[in-house]
Amino acid sequence: MTDLAAPTTTRKDWASDQEVRWCPGCGDYSILTAVQLLMPEIGAKREDTVFISGIGCSSRFPYYMNTYGVHSIHGRAPAFATGVALSRPDLHVWVVTGDGDALSIGGNHLLHALRRNVNLTIILFNNQIYGLTKGQYSPTSEAGKVTKSTPFGSLDHPYNPVSLALGAEASFVARTHDMDRKHMMEVFRRAYEHKGAALVEVYQNCNVFNDGAFEAITAKDNRPSMLIPLEHGKPVRFGPQGEKGVVINDQGRAVIVDVAEVGEERLLVHDESRPDPSVAFALSRLANGPHEPTPIGVFRAVERPDYGSLVARQMDEAVAKKGPGDLSALLRSGTTWTVEAGQ
Amino acid sequence: MADSVVSSSAHSPSRPNGHRPQPVDRVVIRFAGDSGDGMQLAGDRFTASSAIFGNDIATFPDFPAEIRAPAGTVAGVSAFQIHISDHDILTPGDHPNVLVAMNPAALKAHVPDLEPGAAILLNSDAFDERSLQKAGYVADPRTDHSLDSFKVYEVPMTSLTMEAVKPSGTKARDAERSKNFFALGLVSWMYSRPPEPTLEWVAKRFAGNDMVRQANTLAFKAGWNFGETAEIFESAYEVKPAHLPAGTYTNISGNTALAWGVVAAGQLAKLPVFLGSYPITPASDVLHELSKHKNFGVRTLQAEDEIAGVGSALGASYAGALGVTTTSGPGLDLKAETIGLAVSLELPLLVIDIQRGGPSTGLPTKTEQADLLQAMYGRHGEAPVPVLAPSTPGDCFYTVIEAARIALKYRTPVILLSDGYLANGAEPWRIPEVSDLPDLSADVRQASSPNKVLPDGSEVFWPYLRDTETLARPWAVPGTPGLMHRIGGLEKADGSGNVSYDPANHDLMVRLRAQKVAGIARDIPPAEVDDPDGVGGADLLVLAWGSTYGAVQAAVRAVRAGGRRVAHLHLRHLNPFPANLGDVLRAYRKVLVPEVNLGQLRRLVRAEYLVDAEGLNKVSGQPFRREEVQKAILASLGSLGHANGNGASQQGRAG
Ligand code: SF4
Repeated sequence: MTDLAAPTTTRKDWASDQEVRWCPGCGDYSILTAVQLLMPEIGAKREDTVFISGIGCSSRFPYYMNTYGVHSIHGRAPAFATGVALSRPDLHVWVVTGDGDALSIGGNHLLHALRRNVNLTIILFNNQIYGLTKGQYSPTSEAGKVTKSTPFGSLDHPYNPVSLALGAEASFVARTHDMDRKHMMEVFRRAYEHKGAALVEVYQNCNVFNDGAFEAITAKDNRPSMLIPLEHGKPVRFGPQGEKGVVINDQGRAVIVDVAEVGEERLLVHDESRPDPSVAFALSRLANGPHEPTPIGVFRAVERPDYGSLVARQMDEAVAKKGPGDLSALLRSGTTWTVEAGQ
Repeated sequence: MADSVVSSSAHSPSRPNGHRPQPVDRVVIRFAGDSGDGMQLAGDRFTASSAIFGNDIATFPDFPAEIRAPAGTVAGVSAFQIHISDHDILTPGDHPNVLVAMNPAALKAHVPDLEPGAAILLNSDAFDERSLQKAGYVADPRTDHSLDSFKVYEVPMTSLTMEAVKPSGTKARDAERSKNFFALGLVSWMYSRPPEPTLEWVAKRFAGNDMVRQANTLAFKAGWNFGETAEIFESAYEVKPAHLPAGTYTNISGNTALAWGVVAAGQLAKLPVFLGSYPITPASDVLHELSKHKNFGVRTLQAEDEIAGVGSALGASYAGALGVTTTSGPGLDLKAETIGLAVSLELPLLVIDIQRGGPSTGLPTKTEQADLLQAMYGRHGEAPVPVLAPSTPGDCFYTVIEAARIALKYRTPVILLSDGYLANGAEPWRIPEVSDLPDLSADVRQASSPNKVLPDGSEVFWPYLRDTETLARPWAVPGTPGLMHRIGGLEKADGSGNVSYDPANHDLMVRLRAQKVAGIARDIPPAEVDDPDGVGGADLLVLAWGSTYGAVQAAVRAVRAGGRRVAHLHLRHLNPFPANLGDVLRAYRKVLVPEVNLGQLRRLVRAEYLVDAEGLNKVSGQPFRREEVQKAILASLGSLGHANGNGASQQGRAG
């Protein structure tokens, strides 16, 4: 078969024969392109790659990848993917989900996949709206949002997906956005290379039902002053001239400061690998929404044994201790007695 | 019951204990006490020593749903019934011949079930005024003549136990806890059980706790010696070993048999097993047992909820394992959507439902057969699923293997319906030779190469190109080069499996999925009727399924012994039905369907075959008694010849 003989692939090899059917102009396209471009770069194998999704616009993603893929049930992708990842540590399992899918109907499964550190690369398309069902507010929509189901404004307080993942002690948490392919690819690569559960929140524009939700921070001209790039080992700074920075104050909160005022040496030096998630959490609380300066990049990347490896180890230990299973012996493992013929 | 000898000999004049026990052919004993009194343990141990002794046995543990209902109340009573016999028996017995009552509440709860003349061994230390009040007695039942039709033995079990365990150095508060072993010792003496298996078990079980080991040993011996030396018992009894078919036996419960059946299915299919499960009564024991057997390639995940239990199992099946999920009623509700996805993805999946009393939380520790229609129809859309039910604890083992065979061969979820009665009940089980079990590996057939040549000559893989005979689709497992494909819950085009909204295609796919499941009827054994006069010979057919097997078969035998002609058909395959079922049903003038629900199988066969089946229905959380079924059979036979019998007969027994 051709796949075996072709160790190197091109973007074309990763595109399925299905016509992509998102609305023209949807941010999903650029995420798909970033992933399809990344695959050849990281030397992934199509037959060993599985995309699992739930339900929603983003969850159509697997249909467009020339890999193994399952478009499962609303909210349940992490559960389904957990079964795949635990059974087959040799595969690379991606989960593609959205804000409604992952944080509303499927919130429980996301939390537990992160907590257990199942070896999954989870891409959460956050467009702060329900697209597929045509425009109801989502659990990440800003309070007061007027939608078809909230004509007088939504009363719900929104989630911050990065804070949520850090609260679950996810071992890898990052954020990127659909307007910057290079940044997306770099963050996806890091997530791919991470062993364990990796969550990447992607700010994604739904140009039909929530157009411009992230424009204040992701439009090219706004980025320098509104995006705070997190780079491991470097002071956290932003602004067209790098004139702004982030410090951790006495209460442990992250606050934005003028570098000239406080001095460069007081700036927080970003360390993804801090075992304790609280500084990362403080960073995730910097912005109340995508209208304020917002950190992007890798918030946290720590090493913690992934669940599949732990499960595999227990299986190996059981074989080492008891030997491979002997069915006949199992059936005789309780108290037995023999009845002779003709007794 | 004429064949119970306990009561008749209890009336013989008092005489010194002889060393020769009186033979009896069978006895039903019920141990009852507060849920903290260790009655399940006493029953379990009595079962084990009886099984080793070679009796046929059937057991029925019956415990309260609350972990700790108020001590001393009727709601907190826990009981374990065991039927031991020197011949082949089918049920735990309708009415106990012996009741061990550790307190007034246990007495109150169980006296109504006793055989007249039954022996009652009561712990007289527990019959103080407060305890009587808590149990709801206004007068002391020991003196108000309400127990006059029974043989009552008052034994101060608590104080005798405390005295006996003194040498172990156990503190007074803990010493009292060994009284279940005192009771066990006493009953073991009464029924001539060999003491060794129990003593050996105690030595092993409490090897790490010398004091408890000693206390329990002393209490057991004290109970035994009390029987031998106290002059209150006329005699010990002996139930001789039963004439069971030759072979090696073990004592097995339905839940253990299910777990071992799952392990076996994986081995026979040469597939790793993945169990995704969430703890729920009475299914958790299957999760516990399977978690022990990792060296068989069994992975178990205690999932975050029922949905993740089945979701992860289906994911594992997709990835090439035998995916299994276990649950009980409320859990089956939650799994419905994923079972529907499995129908659409056409992947193997075992869903094991240990039915309990419903609806909602219902009666978690009590048995019921009321999930049949849910298993059949409890999903949106046309979503047919094969359904199977085991008939005895030991049969759980074989039924899981058969369910796995169907799931693998036809790439379909299969629902197996056990219930609380089978789950916790135990019977001697003849251990099969592994070489006699079916080889499932031929049914696995995972795809390894493209299966379709396109007009342009290119070879591709079509995930929904079906096997022409079974209509099963190919199972291409991730990691297989060249077979990458995308599937999901959206309707798929016949063949290519691409998303399709085409009306004609949907109509076709719905019918194909239904045909595939219906076609399994060609691949399962025809219904075999137990009718001494040949199919259609008897005047009445009793049609039943699942755990009612013992009571129904015992009733049928009893009716036949009375000279009447009755047939019994017990279904294992409930969807699809065996191909000849319609012919069999139509061969009888009358059909009676006993079920622990309001008539779910009856509804199915009436709809499918237009037969005027009658029902015998009971939903009290308790299994059928033999006599209830027997009475209904006789009533049904009695009404034969009358035009238009008045429909379903009702539960027969009063009180
Ligand atoms: S509805 Fe919004 S999110 Fe969905 S495809 Fe259209 S633009 Fe994209």
